[in-house]
Amino acid sequence: MYVTVKGGEQAIDAAHAWLAEARRGDPAVPELSLAQVEQQLGRAVDRAMGEGSLYDRELAALAVKQAQGDLIEAAFLLRAYRTTLPRFAYSVPVDTTSMLVQRRISAVFKDLPGGQLLGPTYDYTHRLLDFGLAADGAPPPAPQTPPDNAAMPRVPDILGHEGLLERDGGGEGEPGDLTREPLRFPAPRDVRLQALARGDEGFLLALGYSTQRGYGGSHPFAGEIRMGEVTVEIEPPELGFAIDIGDITLTECQMVNQFKGSKKVPAQFTRGYGLVFGHSERKAMAMALVDRAMRAEELGEDVTAPAQNVEFVVYHSDNIEATGFVEHLKLPHYVDFQSELENVRRMRREAARAVEPAEAAE
Amino acid sequence: MNGYNFAYLDEQTKRMIRRALLKAVAIPGHQVPFGSREMPLPYGWGTGGIQVTASVLGQDDVLKVIDQGADDTTNAVSIRRFFARTAGVRTTTHTAEATLIQTRHRIPETSLRDDQIIVYQVPQPEPLYRLESSRAETRRMHGLADYGLMHVKLYEDIARYGQVSISYDYPVMVNQRYLMSPSPIPAFDNPKMHMMPALQLFGAGREKRIYAIPPYTEVHSLDFDDHPFRTIRAPHACGLCGADNVYLDEVVTDDRGGRLFVCSDTDHCAERRAGGHVGASAMQDAAE
Repeated sequence: MYVTVKGGEQAIDAAHAWLAEARRGDPAVPELSLAQVEQQLGRAVDRAMGEGSLYDRELAALAVKQAQGDLIEAAFLLRAYRTTLPRFAYSVPVDTTSMLVQRRISAVFKDLPGGQLLGPTYDYTHRLLDFGLAADGAPPPAPQTPPDNAAMPRVPDILGHEGLLERDGGGEGEPGDLTREPLRFPAPRDVRLQALARGDEGFLLALGYSTQRGYGGSHPFAGEIRMGEVTVEIEPPELGFAIDIGDITLTECQMVNQFKGSKKVPAQFTRGYGLVFGHSERKAMAMALVDRAMRAEELGEDVTAPAQNVEFVVYHSDNIEATGFVEHLKLPHYVDFQSELENVRRMRREAARAVEPAEAAE
Repeated sequence: MNGYNFAYLDEQTKRMIRRALLKAVAIPGHQVPFGSREMPLPYGWGTGGIQVTASVLGQDDVLKVIDQGADDTTNAVSIRRFFARTAGVRTTTHTAEATLIQTRHRIPETSLRDDQIIVYQVPQPEPLYRLESSRAETRRMHGLADYGLMHVKLYEDIARYGQVSISYDYPVMVNQRYLMSPSPIPAFDNPKMHMMPALQLFGAGREKRIYAIPPYTEVHSLDFDDHPFRTIRAPHACGLCGADNVYLDEVVTDDRGGRLFVCSDTDHCAERRAGGHVGASAMQDAAE
């Protein structure tokens, strides 16, 4: 006897209870604290904040823990929380020139004002598993140097003096906000940059990489990458001046790209820009490459490659949208499948009927 | 629910969505962009429908949620619980009792009335997307009512297969002006949209579009005079209630080709059985 399926509700509750148990793992192993996640899985926390578009290390640590380290799920948790928050102010633009820099490198100058500063980087580590980390033990203390208070001008400002590099486009009016207003095309650069900053690191990495392999190449140089803390300020209308509401860690990448000039503009370098929450050079650099690639039309270049196609990039960079829609395929689709079944059966019947008389005639 | 507004969304967001809905009702079948919010459920799982429902839901409403025609599929259960939790409204599985019905992939078999609203979950609001991937371009095509591409697609289907090969999400022309995706309902349900007394609202959260069909509006499934639109259904009667004019699910009963066809609309089937209708399979079981 066929009985229609019931009990979806109990099944869902039971599944969630099992999930909670699986998340906790073996109770004999001590539970992770949020402080441990935030301190010791900092790059995971950074990525969840960046793609979740919410700067809050503690909440991001909670999201990473709740998602069992699934960073797209963690970003989703942050996004769903963020969307419920009231917006009481927009910050004034952060000034990365006055960043409290932990790391700053330029690939286009051997030395420059403020110097090259390696900072806490994996760059020159040999990728050998460190079995010492498997055992407990504090690392040897890092050498201390007194802070150097020398000014650290941004490389684009250094190049800008001679007019060798295009100026920063200021944009017209208030920047757009794609979390409030639906995307429209042609999408201005501010909205594109917002989409990229929230975009999936893996997707941007692959697109950026594709531009280096001939799919919309633009001869990039890493003009400057800097990472450190900047002050966030808001300007309440009743005060009339800016007040400091806290510091956030950012990674900024200024990509400098060759440009041969046009009839109107003499040859000069153009820019691609990347800015992300936390310490994430891979994402900032990929973002800068893709930003520059999407400027193809504006700069009179042929739009031929995926990274240059603004609609393609912006519609597909959001991993929360992407994961939802890819994974929705596991929802029941049996009604549509039934339609397809009957359709295929009918087409096969009609094809068979068309063949039979021909065979009979032979 | 503590800490959240009635039906989850804040009132300003609901207002923004209602404004989009008003515009959508005023221009039947036209896709209105809206500031879709990030919901606590994944994109592609009904976030558009949920936002529309949240924006029109009132305390006295009675809500029914179906997925694949059934009230007890997991995602329907999940969405119904979401509103029971965030809005505390009454829910029902009976089509006739509901004032608001949120659906994915089906229109109930019971005819809807003019005091009911049906909200469709829409994965892809753009009916032309398989033919033209750029939304900037399709927007222009809608503006000019330039739908030749879709007619060519239907014509090519007929030339190649002798018939239109679309079996669900079958494109419709609304009020003789806008080409519209009916959402992935089976083509079987398309005729129910035509001159429907209930207000039909469509929400696409990920794609950030809302559209609508006001009550008693002409909805025509695209076709040609010599190849009129045909619906498709399994040519059987429901094994449980005997209905032979409804959409059926095919249930696999064994690994030797055994099949049972039953109503996709579970409420409709239950009501018929309560009314004394018995299908062939149920009769056989009773005899055994």
